[in-house]
Amino acid sequence: MNNLQSRLTINTDLARKILVSFIRDEVTRVGIKKAIVGLSGGIDSALSCALAVEALGAENVLAIRMPYKTSAAASMNDAQLLIDQLKVESKVVEITSMVDPLFAQFPDADSKRKGNAMARARMIVLFDQSVAFNGLVIGTGNKTEILLGYSTIFGDAASALNPLGDLYKTQVRQLARALNIPSPIIDKDPSADLWVGQTDEGELGFTYNEVDQLLYLLVDQRYTRDEAIAAGFGIPFVDTVIRRIKQNQFKRMPPLIAKLSNRTIGYDFLYLRDWGT
Amino acid sequence: MTTLTLALAQIKTKLGDVQANLEKHLAYIDQATSQGAQLVCFPELSLTGYVLQDLTSTVAHKATPDDPIFKPLLEASHKTDLMVGFVDEDERHRFFIAAAYLSKGETVHVHHKVYLPTYGMFDEGRFFAWGDSIRAFDTQWGRVGMLICEDFWHASPPYLLWIDGADILLMHSASPSRGLDEHDKMDSSRWVEHINQAYSSLFTNFVVHTNKVGFEDGLNFWGGSTVFDPNGNLIAQAPQFEESLTLATIDLNQLHRTRARLPILRDERTSLVSKELNRILNKG
Repeated sequence: MNNLQSRLTINTDLARKILVSFIRDEVTRVGIKKAIVGLSGGIDSALSCALAVEALGAENVLAIRMPYKTSAAASMNDAQLLIDQLKVESKVVEITSMVDPLFAQFPDADSKRKGNAMARARMIVLFDQSVAFNGLVIGTGNKTEILLGYSTIFGDAASALNPLGDLYKTQVRQLARALNIPSPIIDKDPSADLWVGQTDEGELGFTYNEVDQLLYLLVDQRYTRDEAIAAGFGIPFVDTVIRRIKQNQFKRMPPLIAKLSNRTIGYDFLYLRDWGT
Repeated sequence: MTTLTLALAQIKTKLGDVQANLEKHLAYIDQATSQGAQLVCFPELSLTGYVLQDLTSTVAHKATPDDPIFKPLLEASHKTDLMVGFVDEDERHRFFIAAAYLSKGETVHVHHKVYLPTYGMFDEGRFFAWGDSIRAFDTQWGRVGMLICEDFWHASPPYLLWIDGADILLMHSASPSRGLDEHDKMDSSRWVEHINQAYSSLFTNFVVHTNKVGFEDGLNFWGGSTVFDPNGNLIAQAPQFEESLTLATIDLNQLHRTRARLPILRDERTSLVSKELNRILNKG
């Protein structure tokens, strides 16, 4: 297993160079110079923001904190550490007044529904500010959470480009260290902070260290279920992770279109987004 | 001493905008010739961009003087020889990934890519026809062969060109970076460098590789173009990821010296290869 962990080691200089170029190239090719990042106080958004600042300059990045009334004060403070370090323009937009009227209409909504609504309210704020600031929304989802479906579709999963989407969480940590993200942000337990005391690893039931190694075998190395079990992972763990990957494929796809014509968007109308740029 | 000054024009392209890419070619050709270049090499699909998908049929051209894109390139080829990448449409409207070698106002050779990767992130076989010949050709610098990316991921095309007399292999690619680990280069970059170096060593040939740079959606092309000499030594290398013009002067007499020391070409038993290949292929 130690050997496996070392295979998740990345050359952070190389990753940094490619991702900074990616942000710069993909933002500026559409005639835009700026970017928006929603800062949660966590490591993923901190890293996305730092990469965007390196790509576009601090003056061209707007960091937005969007607390709900139950959000941890520590999240706001940790995000402030990053804002101060990067000297980036920032805003605070409370979402409480956006989502509480909805929750009042549905008092029986559980924490999952509430969490999703909060994530989508934040998406509304980011894409509204995208127009106001004339910047593209930089996503913060990493490969681990995308594969596990640990995100809200049309919520935190929504962005214009997502620089972290091919880095596992443990690789995000390596790159965050290389970019000198403040250590309180790197060291704390990852949390979506959608309700008090929530942690990713508590909710998922396994650690990022464990699951990244398994995902690396299943996805990158194309191991079968039985091969992953033979490599030393527990049967329930492997089955849970495989089930999550399959169940959440819908979050990784655009909405389905039923084919009627000879040429249908998504099936045989095929162009990159960078078409003509 | 017979020398050839090569220029590796490791460019970004604008996806589907042939006119914009042509203008960049002409600017790079001017810059290269002002620095003494005698052969300027551009990457795979340098006139069109790489992930063309449904743009394929709209960006096709012919390497002829009456083609609006090739006319200025053929004119420029009076100043320097050129290797460019484009989509070729044949008379029956099949589309090929193609490389053209232009010199003194003439199209000397057009190669159609014979191996179209259609796996993983690649989907070339869906949009392009498969080339069906591998030929070396004569230039003022000696006999040359051209291959396009996946062509040289297979060992047989470089081998055939070598046996057909090519002393200089001109490879070009639109190779996306993939395989990030602890190394300072991606898996894909290291692999391509290894095999190009291996071909130069195994064939005692010059091997020139020009790769593109920039992004097409999330795909990142790594550049890192190289020139290896007949001893397998790296003569020049362009930077990774950055658009650049890299000049390298090669001493063609190195072929004489290396092959005097190491007569691999002299001793190659092509009849034996042919006999055994026929036996293997016909044994069923």
